[in-house]
Formats: sequence, structure tokens, C-alpha cells
Amino acid sequence: MSAPDADLVEPAGRPLDAPLLSVRGLTKRYSSRIACRDVTFDLWPGEVMAVVGESGAGKTTLLNCVSGQIEPSAGEILFTRRDGSTADLYRIPEPERRRLMRTDWGIIHQNPRDGLRFNVSTGGNVGERLMAIGARNYASIRGEAIQWLDRLEVDTGRVDDLPATLSGGMQQRVQIARNLITHPRLVFMDEPTGGLDVSVQARLLDLLRSLVTELHLAAVIVTHDLAVARLLADRLMVMRGGDVVELGLTDQVLDDPQEPYTQLLVSSVLQI
Amino acid sequence: MSGGYNFAYLDEQTKRMIRRALLKAVAIPGYQVPFGSREMPLPYGWGTGGIQVTASIIGAADTLKVIDQGADDTTNAVSIRRFFARTTGVRTTERTIDATIIQTRHRIPETKLGDDQIIVFQVPIPEPLRWLEPRETETRRMHAYADYAVMHVRLYEDVARYGHIATAYDYPVVVNGRYLMRPSPIPKFDNPKLDFSPALMLFGAGREKRIYAVPPYTSVKSLDFEDHPFRIETWTTRCALCGSGDSFLDEVITDDRGGRMFVCSDTDYCAGRRNTEAAAE
Repeated sequence: MSAPDADLVEPAGRPLDAPLLSVRGLTKRYSSRIACRDVTFDLWPGEVMAVVGESGAGKTTLLNCVSGQIEPSAGEILFTRRDGSTADLYRIPEPERRRLMRTDWGIIHQNPRDGLRFNVSTGGNVGERLMAIGARNYASIRGEAIQWLDRLEVDTGRVDDLPATLSGGMQQRVQIARNLITHPRLVFMDEPTGGLDVSVQARLLDLLRSLVTELHLAAVIVTHDLAVARLLADRLMVMRGGDVVELGLTDQVLDDPQEPYTQLLVSSVLQI
Repeated sequence: MSGGYNFAYLDEQTKRMIRRALLKAVAIPGYQVPFGSREMPLPYGWGTGGIQVTASIIGAADTLKVIDQGADDTTNAVSIRRFFARTTGVRTTERTIDATIIQTRHRIPETKLGDDQIIVFQVPIPEPLRWLEPRETETRRMHAYADYAVMHVRLYEDVARYGHIATAYDYPVVVNGRYLMRPSPIPKFDNPKLDFSPALMLFGAGREKRIYAVPPYTSVKSLDFEDHPFRIETWTTRCALCGSGDSFLDEVITDDRGGRMFVCSDTDYCAGRRNTEAAAE
């Protein structure tokens, strides 16, 4: 278990005195079935954590609980606001949670259909969060949307096209742009590269890696692809049947897995 | 007044229930109050909501005017007016200034309303967010938290596609700086008339079972962008009958060779202007 040392400093020079996200004893039950049990971890500003495990391991449930979409059965999720104060995610009023979710957070769904409005143009999708926080100038909303599309390597000529006319990889990048436009500090991603072919996947991963560094984003990435975890994540959490099996630095866990299940998982990866 | 029915068709308990909903609606401007909408002797979509609101507020001393798209003499207006004439025996009128209650389908009269008048709107779909968010549970939350960003996304789409806000009727408004409201399918031309109107405005949706209201002298602001401000329709021509240049004009096809004319949609306003002209000559 390795939280970074307390005397590490952010690039800006501010000491890392508090984790951005602190999850304590999180349990989610669906009646008698337990989806995830007693999960505890801290996420520090700028840190990327990957959650891996087989299907049904509770990864997505964990992500949904932590990102404010499903209320957990037990445990608490503490988030450090921009002013340094702490918010207990499910104790703060719902309006504040919703505001947090679309300003300070991003949620990137596996299927772009869950994260985008398909009857609204690309520009409208990307600009929505700005309008939600009160932007009322069409030209500047559109301008900022175009800027972000460009940054995500989406052809800016597609700004007025509907998402359905874009390729899967582009849709995923539009979804990311839509989330990053409010400069969130924390991004949740559920299989961000799922369903994309390998070359598109590689470029998206490359882009994600540079964005995470440039914007100093903290991220929780759920994936079943160990290569994605290896490429993006600082830390790795291995889950099985709702339990956390192993949690540590990515390279450590992947190169020297301690638990039998992790060993199995790592050895199952096909080598080309 | 024909026998066998209670005054204004509805029974007194129903009228009370609707009045309670109306009081709540007036107390929370723009908020949609659920009510137990009754079966009425006309089909949904023909004004069952408006008719129930009118029935519960009308008294023997009232004078009723009913308009349909501005006109007093179309089927919907004539049948609703006759319905109340038969079930209440109140006076009916086509003159806006003589009316105490005006039931309307999709227009606000051009003649300025006074503080002794009530205007009742027939509403097909009361929920402004409905086409953007199909879940009722979610739209209620959005209203509760004044979370109305999607409405601006819709306006954004208009500008992105057409270069201007192309929504021409049922143009979304914010009432009293709080609730997003659908002003029923009136043309956006009438939106400015909602703002600080001296007359009480009541909205009834029969099929959807909702009542809402804009009390007198309440701010009603049409949504827009700073660089694409709200604008009402304009015409390059004047009314062919009365020459009015500041009323809402309907295009009327006069033959099958492309002949057309523009006339006032508000028939009472148009006739009034022509009578004044005739009197002056």
C-alpha cells in the first residue's frame, strides 16, 4: 500500500497536504449480493489510479459509487474542494454534488452514447458544461468548444455535426473534451478505450497520457486491459469478486505480483 | 342556461380542488402544480385544461371571451364559448376590453390587458424540458435545483444550425427569476406581453394534469444569448385589412395562383381598428 510521501510537492510548488479523494470502507450491496466490499484508498492530486479485474469484479460499481452516481451501502467518500475544505460526497446537498460533478469532475463513460447527447451537435455537447455554470455568450462558448476539440485532435470542421456521424474514436474524444472544458481536477473513466481498434486505442491513450500530465489531472480509470493500466496509471488496484486483492505502484504490481490472483491475471496477458 | 348541470359544468368539489391548485400556482410563479384533471365533454388537445380552469374561476357576473389563434370565430373558440354560455349563462363577448376572463388558445390579445382581467391558456405540454429530458423524475429535480443548462443547449443548437434562435413559438421563459416555464404555444411575438402583465395569467394542461400561473406584475424573461438576444418576429408588410404595422400577422392564401395576404391574427383588434377608421371618416 503506497500513498505517496507527504513531503512530495505538486509542480506548482504547493505541498500535497491532503488527498484529493479519500475513500473509506466503501461497500455496495445489491440486496444480498455484494458488489464491492470495504474498499479504502486515497487519491492524490495529479495521481492516476487504475482499477483492474475480471468482469463482475465490482470495478464499475466502485467507480459509480465514488463518482457520485450510485449511493454506497456503507462507507464514506471525502473530496477536497478547491478552497481546501472537505466534502463528504453523500452528505452534502444534492445540488452541490451535481455542481461538483460537472465542474470539478469529469465522468467518461465506456459507451459514448451514455456520455454524449446524440441529438445535439458536437459543439453543443462540448459547450454544455459552460452553459451549466452560466456562460451566456454564444460566440465564446463555441470558441472554447472548438479549442477543446482541436486539443483532443478532433477535426474542428465537425463542430456542428451530430455525434452519430463521427467515428467511435472521435466520439470518445468529444466526450473527453466535453468533460475537460471546465478544467476538472478529477476524472473518472470507465473503459475509455473499450470497443476501439488497436491503433485508435493507442492514439487515444497517448493523448490521455499527455493531457493528464499537462492538466495535472487526477484520474480513476477502470479497465480490464493491463496494458492501459501500465501506460496511464501510477497506481494499480486489483479487484476480484468485490474485494480489493492488491493495491500498489503499477510497475510493482505488474512486475512483481504478490497475490495469486494478480499473478494469474498478469500471466494471462497474451504476449505477441 | 340549460338544466341538469351544475353551474359551469364541474361539480363544486372539483372546482375547489382546482382553485386550491390555482392558489398554489399563483403563490409559486411558474411552478407546475399537479391537479386531478377531469374528463371533459371534449377531446384532449381541444382545451380541456383551459376549460377546467375557466370553469372553476368563472362567476355569474363575469364576461367571457374565447379566442383560438387570435380569432373569435373558429370552431374551438365558438364551441367553448357556447359551452360556457349554456352551462353558466354568463355574458360572452368578442371585445377584449369588455371581457373579465379570456380563455385563449395560442395567442395573447393585441389590446393591452388590465388588472381586472384574467387570461386562461390552454396548454398541450406543460414541461419545458420534456423533449430534452424524457424522465419526469429528472425534470422535477432539474426544476428543484434550477438546473436549466439543457435549455440553453437547445438554443445553442438553433444558432449552430440556423445562425439565429429559430424557436418561434412556445419560446422558453424564466418566471420571476426562478422557474423555467413553457408559455404554451403562443408565438414568441407574445412573450414580451407576459412580462409584468397587469392581468393574472393561468395555464391549464388537462391531459398532463398540471396548472401553473404568472401572477400580475411578475417578471417573465425569455432565454437568450448575450450575442444572440431575444427578438420577436417582424413583417415586411402591414395588415391588409386594417393597416396595422405592430400586430401579429397571419398569412392567408387567397387563390391557387400564389395570391396571398397578411392579416391580423387578432380579429377583434383588427375589426376595432377598422371601425375606428370608419367612424373617423
